[in-house]
Amino acid sequence: MSVIALLAQVLRIAVPYLFAAGGGVLAERSGIVSLGLEGFMLSGAFCAAVGDYYSGSAWVGLLCGILGGLLFGLLHAVATIRYRADQVVVGIAINLLVIGLTRFFLRLAFDSSSNSPRIAGFEGGGPLSGWLAGAGPMIPLGLLVIPAVAWLVYRTPFGLRLRAVGEHPAAADSLGVPVARVRYVAVALSGALAAMGGVYLALDQHQFTDQMTAGRGYIALAAIIFGRWNPLRAGVACLLFAGAETLQIQMQGTQAIPSQFVSMIPYLLTIVALAGVVGRANPPAALGKAE
Amino acid sequence: MSDLSNATPAPLGGAASGTPAVEMDGIVKTFGPVTANAGATLSVGAGEIHALVGENGAGKSTLMRVLGGGFAPDAGTVRVLGRDVTGWSTQDAIRAGVGIVHQHFMLVPTLTVAENVVLGSEPRRGLQLDGRRALDEVRALSERSGLRVPADRTVAELSVGEAQRVEILKTLYRGARILVLDEPTAVLSPPEVEELWTVLRRMRGEGATIVIITHKLDEVMAISDRITVMRHGRTVERLATADTTPTEIARAMVGRDVVLPSFTSDAVKAAGEGALQVRDLTVRDARGVTVVDSVSFDVAPGEILGIAGVEGNGQTELLEALAGLRAAVGGVVRIDGRDVGGTSVRRRADAGLSHIPEDRHRRGLILDYSVADNLVLGQQHHFARRGVMDRAAVARNAAEKVAAFDIRPPSAALPARALSGGNQQKIVIAREMGRDFRVLLAAQPTRGVDVGAIEFIHGQLREARAAGKAVLLVSADLQEVLALADRVAVMYGGRFVAVLPRAAASEEVLGRYMTGAQPRNDA
Ligand SMILES: Nc1ncnc2c1ncn2[C@@H]1O[C@H](COP(=O)(O)OP(=O)(O)OP(=O)(O)O)[C@@H](O)[C@H]1O
Ligand SMILES: [Mg+2]
Repeated sequence: MSVIALLAQVLRIAVPYLFAAGGGVLAERSGIVSLGLEGFMLSGAFCAAVGDYYSGSAWVGLLCGILGGLLFGLLHAVATIRYRADQVVVGIAINLLVIGLTRFFLRLAFDSSSNSPRIAGFEGGGPLSGWLAGAGPMIPLGLLVIPAVAWLVYRTPFGLRLRAVGEHPAAADSLGVPVARVRYVAVALSGALAAMGGVYLALDQHQFTDQMTAGRGYIALAAIIFGRWNPLRAGVACLLFAGAETLQIQMQGTQAIPSQFVSMIPYLLTIVALAGVVGRANPPAALGKAE
Repeated sequence: MSDLSNATPAPLGGAASGTPAVEMDGIVKTFGPVTANAGATLSVGAGEIHALVGENGAGKSTLMRVLGGGFAPDAGTVRVLGRDVTGWSTQDAIRAGVGIVHQHFMLVPTLTVAENVVLGSEPRRGLQLDGRRALDEVRALSERSGLRVPADRTVAELSVGEAQRVEILKTLYRGARILVLDEPTAVLSPPEVEELWTVLRRMRGEGATIVIITHKLDEVMAISDRITVMRHGRTVERLATADTTPTEIARAMVGRDVVLPSFTSDAVKAAGEGALQVRDLTVRDARGVTVVDSVSFDVAPGEILGIAGVEGNGQTELLEALAGLRAAVGGVVRIDGRDVGGTSVRRRADAGLSHIPEDRHRRGLILDYSVADNLVLGQQHHFARRGVMDRAAVARNAAEKVAAFDIRPPSAALPARALSGGNQQKIVIAREMGRDFRVLLAAQPTRGVDVGAIEFIHGQLREARAAGKAVLLVSADLQEVLALADRVAVMYGGRFVAVLPRAAASEEVLGRYMTGAQPRNDA
């Protein structure tokens, strides 16, 4: 296998992580724990499949997926911001809810318990079409998400407010910064961005399958923590995790290391990061607090 | 003020001269069962410095939050420069030129000074935050107003004095012409207070109106033109500073005569060996810098040793090391002759050490716990039977201490967070002094506490001395040190640069040592 093919594979695996981690960083920096990324992704994948199936257009699928994620992002926001529900509980509830809902509608719409019918994907893949066939705009978009989020967080007035709200909401409030509104925007955006990761999966595989995100939302969260809540570092972590996964796939024939160990890498690295081995992990001070 | 600011505040209608800058009338504000303001009135003339004083929990901070749009009042009217603004929002207040510096810092520690200042009113370049301009503007404003701050550093790196200046800059940046300072001097050293006065007088000269809350009556006398006194949520007195005295203000605040701090020598002349012995204690901070540099001293039973010094000269670390909260790199600490070096906080407590920490929010209290639970923190094992908390004993203890130490409101089930700062401090004092102890470490025991409570706490410290306890007192307030201590040590750069008997200590002498004059040891 050529180096380019390997890199292309890393990229294809990384793209869903990049979307979800980019979104998750926004929510977490605003002080809202992002355990619902998995659910946002899955909702995006399903809505994309539905939209794509009925319209025959991947673009419509993309749009539907984004809207689906936005919806669940808003649900998360209302529960945690308006009603101050425990953020961890809400995140897990969203993940379970989306699994249940997608199964229900899978049966209702496509009369199947496992997968949707085949859907259209994007055409072509630009200059790298040989390796990235069918990804359409998703790979460039995925590569853009992290720099765009970094720009938003560090270079714009909204980003400054976001960071302030996540660190010291009372201080932001005392300056007239609308704390709740900033958080709503951040969490809704995180839903939409994470959903795009799910959209990519569905379009890439030309169908929706039950629980097709398979824990990718959690890996994205691990990347955020490993990246110490810095979007650029989180992006690097996504690529690192995707690299490890590629390695695992490549080594599947050989018996050198059991593949389960390679699957553990993201989580192990995250624990190492949390233990402060690669510099101190300083989560946003108001992360997870109701007030 | 407008020449100090760069934002243009919205015009506020016809501010005819003579119209008070602030008029608050019949303000009522309740929090559940607690009435913080019960019909308070406040009238502040344009261009004056107005002191707002009153006991802890009198409702001063609440009244100012109503003015700043943080709370809408349950009843009453708020007028600013003649315009009825009752129930306005924080943004409205900021836009109208009302700036509040809150009692507890409202700064984001991870952001830079400039970012904190512009937050919410950011200069833009297209879609982007114009960081360059933010820095320049903050530097220029800092220059013009005389509030020196390092604009590009993160707030976490600042001293409390600098942080305080950033808070004021924040209001100036928004064009504040009515500035409220809620206990700005509680964390400042004497020279920093003087600097603040200079800035405030200059602002008044430029037409700003200033309301300042403080518990220190000499500050009220030094800086204010007029005074409003609050008690139990109501306004009880309005005074012109020139026509009044500290004694009169104190009486109005508390509703009875108060003995203002002054030295009374009721020391039991203690001989024999120190109840607290410290030898060559050395402490380094996280970066490896020596912050306590081989300090040795004794505190005898029945003695109060005061430590004076500008904050940040090792006092905090010294006390933390003595209390067992911080590891020392060398030296010996003995309590009643027993070496406690390297032992835990609990071991030291069992050996007879009590500790009133300087930062009650970080070290002294768990704000979300009830008053009753806070009153047994660190001693919970004495309130347990077979590993289970004895709630009845906890409740009994709480009832006793709340009564004995006059903690208000007298309801031990409230979370500590709901109490005013002074009453939170009383919880700590009650817990640490309401038990059997031999040695007391008291760090800033009266910070943010009203005159009545200061009298009470000073009384407690003197009683402890009379009962033969050894007390180590650290205070940024020289008057407090002089009022209580039998000997005064001055700490500078991590060392004791002087240890003086009370008779040889005066504000002038101590002030000189505090700035690092030659070491000397007379005691
Ligand atoms: N958010 C709140 N929730 C519940 N009670 C509150 C709240 N804020 C203030 N209180 C109560 O209102 C009363 C007035 O508090 P306030 O902070 O205005 O007093 P203060 O005069 O500023 O006192 P201090 O000098 O100690 O700062 C106190 O009894 C306090 O416990
Ligand atoms: Mg107050």
